[in-house]
Amino acid sequence: MIRSLIARARASQMSRRTMLAGAGAGASALALAACSTGGGVAKPTPAADESATDKTLNWANWAAYIDEDDSGNYPTLQAFEEQTGIKVNYEVAVDDNNTYYGKVKDQLALGQDIGADTVCLTDWMIARWIRFGYAQELNHDNIPNLANLTPALQDPDFDKGRQFSLPWQGGFAGICWNKEAFPDGLASVEDLWSPELKGRVGVLSEMRDTMGLIMLQNGVDIAGDWGDEEYSAAIDVLTEQVESGQVRNIKGNAYLEDLKSGDTLAAICWSGDITVINAEAGDKWEFAIPEAGGTLWNDNFLVPVGSTRKANAEALMNYYYEPEVAAEVAAWVNYITPVVGAKEAAAAIDPELAENQLIFPDEETLSKAHIFRSLSGAEEQKYQAEFQSILLGA
Amino acid sequence: MAFAAFSTAEAPTEQAPRKKSRIALFLLLPGIAYLVLFFLTPLVSLLLTSLQAPLEFGDIGQYQYAFNWQNYVDVMTTYWPHIVRSFGYALAATVFALLFSYPLAYFIGVKARRWPLLQSLMLVLVIAPFFISFLLRTLAWKQILSDESFVITSLKALSLLGPDAHFTGTPFAVIFGLTYNFIPFMTLPLYTTLERLDLRYLEAGSDLYANPFTVFRKVTLPLSMPGIVAGTLLTFIPAAGDYVNASRDFLGGPDTQMMGNVIEANFLVLLNYPAAAALSIILMAAILVLVGIYVKRSGTEDLL
Repeated sequence: MIRSLIARARASQMSRRTMLAGAGAGASALALAACSTGGGVAKPTPAADESATDKTLNWANWAAYIDEDDSGNYPTLQAFEEQTGIKVNYEVAVDDNNTYYGKVKDQLALGQDIGADTVCLTDWMIARWIRFGYAQELNHDNIPNLANLTPALQDPDFDKGRQFSLPWQGGFAGICWNKEAFPDGLASVEDLWSPELKGRVGVLSEMRDTMGLIMLQNGVDIAGDWGDEEYSAAIDVLTEQVESGQVRNIKGNAYLEDLKSGDTLAAICWSGDITVINAEAGDKWEFAIPEAGGTLWNDNFLVPVGSTRKANAEALMNYYYEPEVAAEVAAWVNYITPVVGAKEAAAAIDPELAENQLIFPDEETLSKAHIFRSLSGAEEQKYQAEFQSILLGA
Repeated sequence: MAFAAFSTAEAPTEQAPRKKSRIALFLLLPGIAYLVLFFLTPLVSLLLTSLQAPLEFGDIGQYQYAFNWQNYVDVMTTYWPHIVRSFGYALAATVFALLFSYPLAYFIGVKARRWPLLQSLMLVLVIAPFFISFLLRTLAWKQILSDESFVITSLKALSLLGPDAHFTGTPFAVIFGLTYNFIPFMTLPLYTTLERLDLRYLEAGSDLYANPFTVFRKVTLPLSMPGIVAGTLLTFIPAAGDYVNASRDFLGGPDTQMMGNVIEANFLVLLNYPAAAALSIILMAAILVLVGIYVKRSGTEDLL
């Protein structure tokens, strides 16, 4: 603990000087301090790998995101432990990209261990980690199964050639509705704004999904080159719908509660969830990718900068890129697997499952889903601020 | 400080001995060390953060220490509606909690004196909700008051609510949640003062031909003032900073967001740490000023 305190003090040389300045050393010290930083922040150095002697691995992941049997074990993970002799400590430690980041960011900046050797986070958050140097570069020699990565995900703009990250599972954001209230269904985001749905529409607090769908409806290619103008136009649409009371609420994972309680009858939502709540609360809801297109996101493995077990993490990634293993996971979690060959492996277990477009999408379905382009730090700040000002109201 | 109001205000009869002040200081040491470590240090850190400026050519969430007072001006101009709303909701919740709690505490503390078993049972009932996390209880209310729930559909059937009306996501729902969650904090201090209320004073009042209302106004109310002050403080302060009830995930909606929600959004999503820190400082300072004025006005400084 003392060590980490000293490390912190070192990292914040700035703060000591400024405190001195505050204590009376005057503004000149402050000016000096301000000069000494220059631009940007130094990236932390990755920890040395001790995987050869240390056969353990801590994996932080989201809830209900891996196959689980009735007694709470993870069958595929147990098989991995038997196969490799690596003891995996699987922790459901992530419930939101932002809160998880808030929890670990200070240790990451110092290059310290965050208690996880691999963690699965969403594309845009991964992009930030890579930009800040919080992720370790992967050794592709340890992951021969990388060849099974679906071609569409091999070269994302935030991680060219997948040097730092590998997709775990993905999903679509689209629209869903209560089948009992709307037997005919909805076809586009525009349908959410119809008068009969006034006050009964939910949208996601995940900026890229809600704004992405509205921009797609406006005819913008969200993966391509767009800027302030296109974004502002979509913000205007959302502002109008929220202020008129058309949109009932803007939520994260909790939007499912509103669907179940009937507060919302239609919503912008995530594909995997609808399968789950249909199983839980009666077959009442339907999901569709809107005519104008939906968003596609992925949660990706990465190795935090302070982890000393990178090779173990790479072994785990390699294991989950076996098509049979990927199929087993996909069948349980209902999200899209990035592994080529998993569909064929799933067809061997359950042919109906392999036909489910939300788990094993074909070319046609995939062509309707778009990945929100990466934002620079400045863009992120600006666009998030505009979006949050709607969420917070006036 | 507010807890001093729990005890009866007895004037100290003897001057405390002044000689052994060194021992007193020594005994205070753990307390002082605790406060310095866990209150003063974070407070200083918060203050320094609130003055930070964005790092030149920095990425999102990268700041450096500076004396950027502008942060305070910025958050005040951007978020003044949320600041006003926070204190408005907290005030409304405090008034409602007082209106509900006073008769309740009076019944338990005065009327039920003859039946100690009933008294304890009712006290347990007041405290019982604490056995369940307040997050779960708030979520339960959200379900009970949802559009398709029995309560709301019945109200609609009776035309007490318009066909398009809804409850969750409105200011009423947030104030309702705040009131509900803080009622025990109001009831317990009220109970402790009312429980000691000397009924002979009330008898004396009616012997002097005061009607029941006058007895209440001139005798009961002043004597229960310590409980009212403690209860309102214990309700108002946390209610002003609450961010659960007003959260969009619980009872609130986009137009019911309070300061706590703004701080959360700035800290977690926008990574605007200086703004979040400045808002926290403003919240603390505003509460300190409001509570100071309130205590001064209600003439109960000696209770604190």
